[in-house]
Amino acid sequence: MLAKRIIPCLDVKDGKTVKGVNFVNFRDAGDPVELGRQYSLQGADELVYLDITASFEGRKTFLELVKRVAAQVNIPFTVGGGINALDDVDKLLNAGADKVSINSSAIKNPELITQIANHFGNQVCVLAIDANFENDKWRCYLNGGRVATDKYLFDWAKEGQERGAGEILFTSMSHDGVKTGYANEALLHLHQKINIPVIASGGAGKKEHFKDVFETGKADAALAASVFHFGEIPIKELKDYLAEQGICVRK
Amino acid sequence: MNVAIVKYNAGNIYSVDCALKRIGVEAEITDDKEKLLAADKIIFPGVGEAKSTMEYLKAHRLDELIVNLKQPVLGICIGMQLMCKHSEEGDVDCLGIFDVPVKRFVSNNADLKVPHMGWNQITGLKSKLMPKQIEGKFVYYVHSFYVPLNEYTIATTDYIEPFSAALHKDNFYATQFHAEKSSEPGEIILKKFFEL
Repeated sequence: MLAKRIIPCLDVKDGKTVKGVNFVNFRDAGDPVELGRQYSLQGADELVYLDITASFEGRKTFLELVKRVAAQVNIPFTVGGGINALDDVDKLLNAGADKVSINSSAIKNPELITQIANHFGNQVCVLAIDANFENDKWRCYLNGGRVATDKYLFDWAKEGQERGAGEILFTSMSHDGVKTGYANEALLHLHQKINIPVIASGGAGKKEHFKDVFETGKADAALAASVFHFGEIPIKELKDYLAEQGICVRK
Repeated sequence: MNVAIVKYNAGNIYSVDCALKRIGVEAEITDDKEKLLAADKIIFPGVGEAKSTMEYLKAHRLDELIVNLKQPVLGICIGMQLMCKHSEEGDVDCLGIFDVPVKRFVSNNADLKVPHMGWNQITGLKSKLMPKQIEGKFVYYVHSFYVPLNEYTIATTDYIEPFSAALHKDNFYATQFHAEKSSEPGEIILKKFFEL
């Protein structure tokens, strides 16, 4: 049976992990490569690295980092942040990334999705969508949730699929950081509306939330950051729990 | 040991090289015919589309070279599909090492999405490449086309229907899943290939 995936997300700035990390017996938590390797050893199914650097120098550092991740981590990983053109994708894939995640650049230039899919295959292109629930609608945002757009989650996800995206990574801004569970209702609707895999993001606070996002939200994968970084939910413990609950996970 | 990775117009070749390094194997990525023929072991990896990759192999006369190799060869993902007879992806004739077709997944169940993406289990393991210790383990897949079960099947995965997770015939071995991205079970399979 196809396993539900658990995906830790690492924000990287100038080559270092940004969010605080609180692992026991783990000294270099600021090193994204070592942190990713630790997650893979704990049982993470994939990793996502988001480059939140703005500078040109930082971008070069990130590319070097991707090469080191590829060399040391034996599970697939996605990279995102600052991807505006095919050339950016080419560099990241050549550095060993398995997939790229595009967000603001896809909203500004939807053709980028089509181009990535045609050049590198659908499976490479993860369309990340940040959306906020307002006035009974899921409005999409740009630039890490700072700029509202006139696009809405379900239609944009559908368009993304038609343009060739291989997966949708949906972050609910209404749930992100609140730790009260994922946006299961919206996720279920997304599941019914599109037929490519959906990665749920935003809202994980306890193990039960992962069970709910897979059972109720029908997500294919669940992404989280702080609950893993701060050691609040060890991945191995989470997978044992999900298996006990009858959810198929890789162990 | 002299190991070569076939260089052609498919992605993911660097990842395979990284995976080999992690298990202590140094390989050369090459399309040089002399070097390929002289290698003790050959990996034929890739992420890509059947028609364009097949055209590339033909244009560079790598097709006849691969078919006639006598040393152990391991095809991965599109590498495996290209080793089959014909692919529905681009309706193209492939290398024909395995006289079996490559078909497109057709799903009538909204919960079984295409591509088949993520970790799934391998069962019914046969051959030295697939030791019993990894029976039932999860390996990493990303594909929309599959090889039905056949006489060369040495591992099975069930998604939409049971299909060939791996194939073996003479000196030719192949996995549909990405052994290079499949954590410990993948590393075990790669090590076994180098022990052949």
